[in-house]
Amino acid sequence: MSGELCAVVGVGQTKYTSARNDVSIAGLCREAALRALDDAEMTWRDIDAVVIGKAPDMFEGVMMPELYLADALGCAGKPMFRVHTAGSVGGSTALAAASLVQGNVHERVLTVAFEKQSESDAMWALSRPLPFAPPTLAGAGGYFAPLIRAYIRRSGAPDHIGILVGVKDRENALRNPLAHLHITDISFEKVAESPMLWDPIRYLETCPSSDGACAMVLTNEAGGDRAAAPAWVHGTAMRSEPTMFAGRDAVNPRAGKDCVADLYAQAGISDPRRQIDAAEIYVPFSWYEPMWMENLGFAPDGEGWKMTDDGSTSFTGDLPVNCSGGVLSSNPIGASGMIRFAEAALQVRGMAGEHQVDGARTALGHAYGGGSQFFSMWIVGRAKP
Amino acid sequence: MREVAVVSFAQSASVRAEDTRNEVEILMPVVHEAIERSGIGRKEIGFTMSGSCDYLAGAPFAFVSGLDAVGAWPPIRESHVEMDGAWAMYEAWVRLQHGDIDSALVYAFGKSSLGDLPDVLVLQLDPYYVAPLWPDAVSIAALQARAWLDAGHTEEEMAGVAARSRKAAMANPMAQVKGDHAVSDLMREPYLVSPLRRHDCPPISDGAAAVVLAAGDLARRVCERPAWIRGIDHRIEAHSLGVRDLATSASTRLAAERAGVDGAIDVAELHAPFSHQEPILREALGLGDGVDVNPSGGALSANVMMAAGLTRVGEAAERVIDGRAGRAVAHATSGPCLQQNLVCVLDGGVAA
Repeated sequence: MSGELCAVVGVGQTKYTSARNDVSIAGLCREAALRALDDAEMTWRDIDAVVIGKAPDMFEGVMMPELYLADALGCAGKPMFRVHTAGSVGGSTALAAASLVQGNVHERVLTVAFEKQSESDAMWALSRPLPFAPPTLAGAGGYFAPLIRAYIRRSGAPDHIGILVGVKDRENALRNPLAHLHITDISFEKVAESPMLWDPIRYLETCPSSDGACAMVLTNEAGGDRAAAPAWVHGTAMRSEPTMFAGRDAVNPRAGKDCVADLYAQAGISDPRRQIDAAEIYVPFSWYEPMWMENLGFAPDGEGWKMTDDGSTSFTGDLPVNCSGGVLSSNPIGASGMIRFAEAALQVRGMAGEHQVDGARTALGHAYGGGSQFFSMWIVGRAKP
Repeated sequence: MREVAVVSFAQSASVRAEDTRNEVEILMPVVHEAIERSGIGRKEIGFTMSGSCDYLAGAPFAFVSGLDAVGAWPPIRESHVEMDGAWAMYEAWVRLQHGDIDSALVYAFGKSSLGDLPDVLVLQLDPYYVAPLWPDAVSIAALQARAWLDAGHTEEEMAGVAARSRKAAMANPMAQVKGDHAVSDLMREPYLVSPLRRHDCPPISDGAAAVVLAAGDLARRVCERPAWIRGIDHRIEAHSLGVRDLATSASTRLAAERAGVDGAIDVAELHAPFSHQEPILREALGLGDGVDVNPSGGALSANVMMAAGLTRVGEAAERVIDGRAGRAVAHATSGPCLQQNLVCVLDGGVAA
């Protein structure tokens, strides 16, 4: 990793839920931002710049909403900018904020990502037909189901793997009071018997539509040294590739592999399965857990499903994945990537509460977007790099 | 700060409606020209940044197809801002400060002809208290023009800015609106939205722009006279129009201080889509009468949404690169009534 050291010293999240009718978009973002500032023991005055991220503006029907959010997020007189990289945006936003610190441009940066899906209809916003482009007309699930089927065919994974992820992440969510879904009677049978939406994705194998915001305060080395429990950034990486071209492997994309190789090199990770204590991976559909286990180098190609099957990715497994309940339990789309990054930070800060992995020292935050083509990731650690 | 320079710039012609080309088709030749002119191989570019806005096309993920113009294979380090490309350039400049990457491609595009732009821009306003009233973008700008006139200015000054911009645009093959007009003739035109006449407003444009940034020795190697970024800063103000003094631009003033705008500026490219905004920006930037403002014709003669700010940087940089300017300032704006402003100082001299 290059540049100035960067540390997470504050994390703030709202409760994730179907509809936060009690707050405006600004109120939602401000709630998360204030919690992050409180955690960092800072006030608005301490912040040098604000970086805002969210997924397509059509999800709320507000064009470039950061302009309107400037007032509520204390931006007046400060630099503010807005990131948008599809589903990976929460992660890319955190990386843009970290970049300001690593580039020695600012010392203390507030970053906020949100989605208030109840304001509009994401399924519709994602399905608008475009001239000369193949319409998906079925939201993200319709797009990703064929890729999942291709994965199952390639790997020979048994049918129940997706169900196991659906159960595991909802069990984890019961340990996270902020998670949207708290399905207290979650069980294998309940997931297996839920309606099939996009074969092989069942209703309980897909993410909910959530309102919510997540915020972090990032500082330079001096700020991290002063903090009681900083999460030090050990590596940051992003990669993109085009949506479609002949020969592209959309199931196990090269952009993800290149991204994580860059990331591990920066963080000095040669054996990720052993060296990483907790991972927050962007899994909006159950099968993406085993698929990303392979893409991220935790398992050889074709064997990611075995980690799910043998319990390695469970809360008590050797690589706990999505202890927060993950995207399957809370999905304010634009914030979902940042939640992964923030939850990774909470784990190494020892502040993850009931879903804390004992003694976690190194954690991975991961987000992806578009047609599995945009990747952003970071490694955070309890120790200073 | 690490030395970073603009080493090349390219733009499409700005036109009212690109009826036969989509965004990727507009963008691709522009991106390729910028890369070719930079002297840096496409696969050697370290970082790619873009700026665009979904609402212009009325569809999500405008930037995703934009990536097809770049040739992102093998996969590239890339990110996107839902802002004018000038802010994409800012993020690229920040990334180059890390020290491990030496070059960046920045591009921006906008195809406003797909919708009714003044109405589309309403959706940029406070969604609870202002947007439901549907004040269109020209009317919002007229409020600002009125506040500026009330502060002691005249409509002739506005017409003077328009006349000068259109005349300058005659030398710019990429400009959309150009011509030699007497101020007295312009003053006889009817109001569009009082006190704005048509010439006080920008054209609606389709187009794209791209720049390549390079750091230190790489910039010196590929460019005889790189346009070094001596300072760059951006600031935002409150969104609510009622809490701002619309006749001044506090955020531009602040950004100019931080970017190091000084008395040595000889060329300024200001992103002032409405005529009255140019003198507001001139004052905020502290530009004297000797500064050549908007020699390209500015946003009054070509206003590609999301690219017009980056185009200001490119136009200023090009003049530094070819020696027409010694020290230039480029400015970009976003949001209603100059809510957000970016200021960049470029010069061709050796580092101090």
